[in-house]
Amino acid sequence: MDSVILRTATRYLLPLLLLFSLFALLRGHNEPGGGFVGGLVASTAFVLYAIGCGVKSARELLMISPRRLIGVGLLVAGISGIIGLLASGVFMTAQWSTRDFPVVGKLGTPLLFDIGVYLVVVGVTLTIIFALAEGEE
Amino acid sequence: MIGAVLAGFIAALFAPWIHRAARGWAGWLIALVPAGLTLYFGAHLERLAGGETFSAVYAWVSSLGTDLAFRLDGLGALFALIISGVGALVIIYGGGYLKGDPQLGRFYAYVLMFMGAMLGVVLADNLITLFVFWELTSISSYLLIGFYHSEADSRASALQALLVTGTGGLAMLAGLVLLGQATGTYTISEMVTQPQAAQSSSLYGAILVLVLLGAFTKSAQFPFHFWLPGAMAAPTPVSAYLHSATMVKAGIYLLARLSPVLGGTDAWQISVTAVGGVTMVLGAYVAWRQVDLKRILAYSTVSALGMLVFLLGIGTEYAVKAALTVLLAHSLYKGTLFLVAGALDHETGTRDVTRLGGLWRAMPWTGTAALLGAASMAGLPPLFGFISKEVFYKAAYDAPDLAGPLTAAAVTGSVFMVTAAALVSLKPFFGARLETPKHPHEAPPSMLLGPVVLAGLGVLFAFVPSWVAEYGIRTAVEATLNHAAEIELELWPGLNVVLLLSLLTVAAGLAVYALRVPLQPWADRVDLGARVGPERGYRVLLGGMLWTADRQTRILQNGYLRVYLMTIVLTTVALTGYTLLTRADIEGVWRLPDARFYEIVVVALIVVAAIVVTQVQSRLAAVLALATVGYGVSLLYIMFGAPDLAMTQFSIETLTVVLFVLVIYRLPRFATLTNRAARLRDALIAASAGVLMTSLVLILTADTSRRHVTTFFSENSVLLAKGRNIVNVILVDFRAFDTLGEIIVLSVAAAGVYALMRLRPERERREALPETRATVELSAMAEADPPAEPQAADSGR
Repeated sequence: MDSVILRTATRYLLPLLLLFSLFALLRGHNEPGGGFVGGLVASTAFVLYAIGCGVKSARELLMISPRRLIGVGLLVAGISGIIGLLASGVFMTAQWSTRDFPVVGKLGTPLLFDIGVYLVVVGVTLTIIFALAEGEE
Repeated sequence: MIGAVLAGFIAALFAPWIHRAARGWAGWLIALVPAGLTLYFGAHLERLAGGETFSAVYAWVSSLGTDLAFRLDGLGALFALIISGVGALVIIYGGGYLKGDPQLGRFYAYVLMFMGAMLGVVLADNLITLFVFWELTSISSYLLIGFYHSEADSRASALQALLVTGTGGLAMLAGLVLLGQATGTYTISEMVTQPQAAQSSSLYGAILVLVLLGAFTKSAQFPFHFWLPGAMAAPTPVSAYLHSATMVKAGIYLLARLSPVLGGTDAWQISVTAVGGVTMVLGAYVAWRQVDLKRILAYSTVSALGMLVFLLGIGTEYAVKAALTVLLAHSLYKGTLFLVAGALDHETGTRDVTRLGGLWRAMPWTGTAALLGAASMAGLPPLFGFISKEVFYKAAYDAPDLAGPLTAAAVTGSVFMVTAAALVSLKPFFGARLETPKHPHEAPPSMLLGPVVLAGLGVLFAFVPSWVAEYGIRTAVEATLNHAAEIELELWPGLNVVLLLSLLTVAAGLAVYALRVPLQPWADRVDLGARVGPERGYRVLLGGMLWTADRQTRILQNGYLRVYLMTIVLTTVALTGYTLLTRADIEGVWRLPDARFYEIVVVALIVVAAIVVTQVQSRLAAVLALATVGYGVSLLYIMFGAPDLAMTQFSIETLTVVLFVLVIYRLPRFATLTNRAARLRDALIAASAGVLMTSLVLILTADTSRRHVTTFFSENSVLLAKGRNIVNVILVDFRAFDTLGEIIVLSVAAAGVYALMRLRPERERREALPETRATVELSAMAEADPPAEPQAADSGR
């Protein structure tokens, strides 16, 4: 699809959407949001970019292959569980920092797990959509 | 102790690298692991003889009574020493036998993995732990039988062995769980202290049958013995190790271990003795009529395993002592003979005994080992096999019931064992020199060490019988029987009936050997028919299973998405609807909640959009109408205070539309293909799902007594999980394990879509354009795992 309006709009929407997705991810533990929604919003941003400027440039913008994102996400989620295993002897037991951090509040393995979910969702969505869209070209 | 069990598995991980680094010396180097374990277990013998046992427990799933519990007692130590000792020799031997084979690294890894699994079986003190390691031995056996995986025969034999032992293993698992229920514990050492618990239980019959199925399939007892000769497709050192010295004895181990719990009843004595006796006679009878060295040994192993089961069935203290003595003797001589058979095959190029002869001059060391091994197998003095044969006969002769028939069976089996022993030792090495495919010469040192050491031990043990009795057999018998026992072994028991029987056996066996050619046609005529029987049964069963799977797949996995959807929807409606009608208070359906007008507007919008979906003539329009339904639902989520769900639903709907649009391009032109009846059917199914969901929501919201889940989460969200967003806290903390499962499923789905969309066209492209093949393969290689390429590993990365 070749549309100047969409291309121009995307350039401004993409960073906003990505910022929003991170916002949703980080505040998820206390306010509406979370890794799943965040991941979906981030995917939407890249899908929008792919529609506006082509899948090739979307891939370049993403820099890392979405398939690899899946692997990284699973790894992060797995590690968050193993930290609990090592610390308490039971897989996936949440571990929390004792002090507060700005923006996110307490840091803990559930947040790490949520980051993993975020990455997997982005990876899965983009793997499927890019594969389907590139079939067209 | 867990270190001793894990050592094999850890070493298995590194074996391929050690092999790559050390080349020809890898076998000797890797064998240090089992050799070290042998010393480790050997060091415990003194204290075991003093009555100590060693245990170690690691919590696993304690709530289900399942822990990684290990316990080293006399019985475990006897097995562990055989496993690690023979393991060391077999690994060294394998290095010579498979020299130059590109798969040698994998051979080391599999054998070590097997060793770890087998040690786990004999050291486990928990039924479930035992079962896990038991299955691991089946899997490593599968990998090793199918070692020459390019040959269809190997693969079929490997699968056969896995299916037979795996099916038995499943039966055994059921039996072990029942046993755990009946006795109230899964810890074996606790169980043996209260034998009456299992035997007086109403489940005893079922437990016995299921556990025996597991033991009999693993130890190749009639009628499941047929997989063992098939397993000879494995490389010979594997046959020597798994299929003669160790794995096939796991069933024997289980019978011995559980005999205080399950044994001693009439049902045990009759079934175990009968199966063992039949296997013993049948195996030996089939053995001497084979021409392939390995098949002769395989059937004689079946017979020896039958002998052990037979003795455990008799179950007297003397019989248990005899069983463990025979077990030790058998591991030594059969290991020797298998390794000799491998050396003969390796150096002459054939395993056909009719083509082997007069090799003594060319292979004196191998020949010596073969003679000693065979003499031990035939029960000749002064070898350990003689002692074991004496106690074996005496156990049958002194059996409390039916001593006459039992002794007759023991002698019959042993006669043919003597014949088989002569066949694998006298025939290849003496008599006229026969031409062989390869010019024969002595085997390399790595392949001599194993047979010579094992045969040597067979001689040595015969001269220190009281030492073997004290440190090897007595503690094992005591551990088996769970009470103190007096054990004596002697090389020369004096002239008695048993000795006369032995003499008779050897004479008769050698007579059969001498007359084997004229006897053969007669023997074939009285073939017990069992050689074909069970194996045909296996084939019929396997064929039937494949046929059923084929039909079932065609019906259930027919490739029509609409049929899958219909199945899913109808199943859900039926199951949920049934539960709802029978279990829930359905009054709630009639209490329609109050609705505000804008809620009604949104609902009306959803309904209209849904109707539009079914009526429009364009796919794009249908997709957009469907999205309207979705967005409408999201609006409802917002109105009812579920912003998380709404956000998710909005994003999902948007992405779904994009996906649909991308897919729609690929579909053929829109056409109406269903007839009126089919559409009516679909409408009914859809309506039933709608009615179900509506009623479900109405009933559940009307019934306020079922809110405890909600209450729990809202009360504990901040308290336990430090988060105020309950939805997210459930996703990433309370039910994070589910989420982990879900993201894995998502990843697999993405991999599937990617494979469908991208990998196939790439292959087709490659086939269409042959000139680009080289580049494609190069790029494929570049993507491959670095360790898979020798160059990458050598460059010292």
